[in-house]
Amino acid sequence: MGSNCSLKTELPVIYEVSRVVQEAKDVHSIFLKGKLDCKPGQFIMVWLPGVEEKPMAVSEVRKDEFAFCYHSVGPFTQACDALQKGDKVGIRGPYGNSFSLDKKTVVVAGGIGISSVSTAIDGLSSPVVIHGARDKDHLVYTKRYKSMILTTDDGSAGRKGYVTGALAEVLEKNKDIEQVITCGPEMMIVNVLHVCQKYGVECEASLERYMKCGYGICGNCLVDDKILCIDGPIFNSRILKKMKELGKFARLKTGRKVSLKEYYSWRG
Amino acid sequence: MQILREIHVQRGYCAVVKMLSTTLCGVKLRNPTILASGILGISKDSAQRIIKGGAGAITLKSLCHEERKGHPGPNMVVIDSGMLNAVGLPGQGMDNAIADFERLDDLAAPIIGSIFGYTIEDFGIVAKKMASLSPAMIEIDISCPHMSYSKPFYADAESIQKITRLVKKNAGGIPVSAKLSPNVHNIAELALVAEKAGADAITAINTASGMKIDLETRTPLLGNKTGGLSGPALKPIAVRCVYEVYEAVKIPIVGTGGVTTGEDAIEMIMAGATAVGVGTACYYHGPDVFSRICDEMKAWMKKNKVKSLDEIRGSAHGK
Repeated sequence: MGSNCSLKTELPVIYEVSRVVQEAKDVHSIFLKGKLDCKPGQFIMVWLPGVEEKPMAVSEVRKDEFAFCYHSVGPFTQACDALQKGDKVGIRGPYGNSFSLDKKTVVVAGGIGISSVSTAIDGLSSPVVIHGARDKDHLVYTKRYKSMILTTDDGSAGRKGYVTGALAEVLEKNKDIEQVITCGPEMMIVNVLHVCQKYGVECEASLERYMKCGYGICGNCLVDDKILCIDGPIFNSRILKKMKELGKFARLKTGRKVSLKEYYSWRG
Repeated sequence: MQILREIHVQRGYCAVVKMLSTTLCGVKLRNPTILASGILGISKDSAQRIIKGGAGAITLKSLCHEERKGHPGPNMVVIDSGMLNAVGLPGQGMDNAIADFERLDDLAAPIIGSIFGYTIEDFGIVAKKMASLSPAMIEIDISCPHMSYSKPFYADAESIQKITRLVKKNAGGIPVSAKLSPNVHNIAELALVAEKAGADAITAINTASGMKIDLETRTPLLGNKTGGLSGPALKPIAVRCVYEVYEAVKIPIVGTGGVTTGEDAIEMIMAGATAVGVGTACYYHGPDVFSRICDEMKAWMKKNKVKSLDEIRGSAHGK
């Protein structure tokens, strides 16, 4: 009884950048040399020494390298833009829970949210993938996943409209689909959840909040009483349906709870 | 009684356990474990989660007169014997908190509001606003080791006296605890100053100032470079501080620093603590660590035929 034997160290491990790949306009993958034991949908804390530390989804895992993928929006991602082969980056994790890969699945990804579900796409056997963005420039991984159903708000690529329309069609035609895995803007997730409920299909969504520690301590990533970094970031339909703050509120860097609209206008 | 217990379990209470019940400044606690400030306590939902985890009371994350973003990351790093943090007291600010919380006396356990300010006057203003939410107690965070504001205060007897006096005056009868720093020459003297200035309790201790350097990049790991050391590495320092403060003052002590197990809590109480702060242990064992610590305390008490914590409080003294 009362032993401290579970004490552990969780320091960033330093990896070297092996290559940088442009995925779309303002979207890059940073590949790091080394192994990462990671389940689909997990994330890492990325430390740029002397700059900042931020959570990033693990977007790709290969035999001797792994990647995170980002859309340049603020000071941290702009610092990522300066990374070159051989640069050193600190990595903690992987953290968080993971997607279930044992069901017949449709993956629905909005914009850069695809980088949070790409390890699930890689792990599933022949999933249907629906990827949407506001326009052609914001579609990601169009070369990596050639058979995706694409949608754009303005019709500049794929079909004009939202991912939810495409999802309803797929679920209408394929009665054997058991679950939907999704990540993207939170209102999209809410709408995907509605479609899933209508068709009686399970849904697992990866949520996003401003996260400071990844240790379950700072509280900034709370959604209701769920601590996103340790309880999530993936939640199933049963929990998503009960969330009071889903699609409505999120917390700024200061911890102040604001409307999702205000949160997104700050996040860019 | 059985029905009452079931209701309590359903509501997230622990079963009624008299052997651990504690009174701190007139506030009744079902057990002596108190969530330390800075861990998760930024909303009522998160407080409720920790109450479900078994905490006897909750200390909210410190709030000041303005909204703050905190320090750049990394904000926390877990080293081999504890944690270093430099979160930098981000917070929504007292005015937003009033709208967010509405009141603090309607949760299933007592809530302690933690406050700080950049000037002595700020402490007074924030104390008055915090008091309007009716917390069970107010804790004065006079001791954060990595904030420029607190450095002139935490080792200075005159500042501690003025801040404590002003907060006490503005707290409207709500008990006030002064949270002291271990990064001082003589913590007992400063505790006595706080007691004489009207403090109803002493929270000992805040984190110790520390640093971690990454060898490969030759860079301090924390965004703020220095931070506060917590967790098991801090515990011997905290036990020593509580022991010294107990010898100097008559007011109760919330012994805080590195408590991770039931035996740690018992040790803190033997040093003289009335209640026990628990923070970093939430990282090691999750938000349910409070129930775990209480179970371990009860097991120790049963084994050693101790019926109440009063029997062992301060028992390490005079030996």
